Amino acid sequence: MGFFDRFFGKKASADSAKERLQLVLIHDRTDLTPAELDSLRDDLIATISRHVAIDAKAMQIGVEHDGRSQRLVADIPLKAARRKSRKSK
Amino acid sequence: MPAQVITLTSGKGGVGKTTATANLAVALAAEKSKVVCIDGDIGLRNLDVILGLENRIVYDLVDVIEGRCRLKQAMIRDKKLPDLYLIPAAQTRDKNAISASDMMRVVKDLRSDFDFVLIDSPAGIERGFRNAIAAADRVLVVTNPEVSAVRDADRVIGILESEEKGPAALILNRLNPALVKSKDMLSPEDVLDLLAVELIGIVPEDENVIIASNRGAPVAYDAKSRAGQAFRNIAKRLKGETVPFLDLEAQGSLWERIQRLTGRK
Repeated sequence: MGFFDRFFGKKASADSAKERLQLVLIHDRTDLTPAELDSLRDDLIATISRHVAIDAKAMQIGVEHDGRSQRLVADIPLKAARRKSRKSK
Repeated sequence: MPAQVITLTSGKGGVGKTTATANLAVALAAEKSKVVCIDGDIGLRNLDVILGLENRIVYDLVDVIEGRCRLKQAMIRDKKLPDLYLIPAAQTRDKNAISASDMMRVVKDLRSDFDFVLIDSPAGIERGFRNAIAAADRVLVVTNPEVSAVRDADRVIGILESEEKGPAALILNRLNPALVKSKDMLSPEDVLDLLAVELIGIVPEDENVIIASNRGAPVAYDAKSRAGQAFRNIAKRLKGETVPFLDLEAQGSLWERIQRLTGRK
């Protein structure tokens, strides 16, 4: 990596390699494509919404790795609960 | 004297499996271990030329399995090291000529006479690879610090895990310390972070490897070669010794060496 590349803020090629590999390996290990992950996300939103109000736009879902094991991590913000109108009849 | 059976594999081709097998065999045999290496790459044999034994082949692994010769007849003794033998692969057959149980039977017959049985796996994750790992007590995965090689190594490590072949150990081959330093090559830390496996050796890129293969005398014979030293260190680790990893910085530019000598770095 030359001086000018660094001067112009170009990312080191080894860093690109590592970042690209991190993503590729997650998909290789889980056999889960980004499209499948999206469809899983939609299913999760539909299922959870039947029980509790969630903020679907702020929902985050992804695969994280810990050593060689993968874990599906979902961060699902709940909408502020509005009291169900049982009392107010 | 039950042998340790070690298979070298990689997923991707051309990362240095055969070179690593030949060098570990030489380094182990030079340290008085009895070693036999088996070329598992049926149809594309190469371990014979890397070891410089191509002119001595009469029988091969498939001849043994199909009963055309006894096991001893297919074992070629090395020119220099009396405790090193090669069982060559067949060149005119394909990987379907043998099965995993054939391989296990051959290895079982070798176990009692040797300290180490080294199996050089073909590239890929198909039958030849399955045969090569079937009898292994331990699997070494060879890779280079490049995206395609690391990706394929990960795939192989995953298969070894699901086959319960024990934790694989990694040989990181052809590392160029200058490129790592300029951040144009994945560092050993990067590769270990990605693959999350045990490291058994780092072999620096070294033109002596090519010279050695031209001559048919593995670089592990070359006392001055850094790649040779790295392979000799891996051989010691296989024997259970604790050997520190090579300081790959030590061979910097002349200027860096002067700076180090004068204590400026």
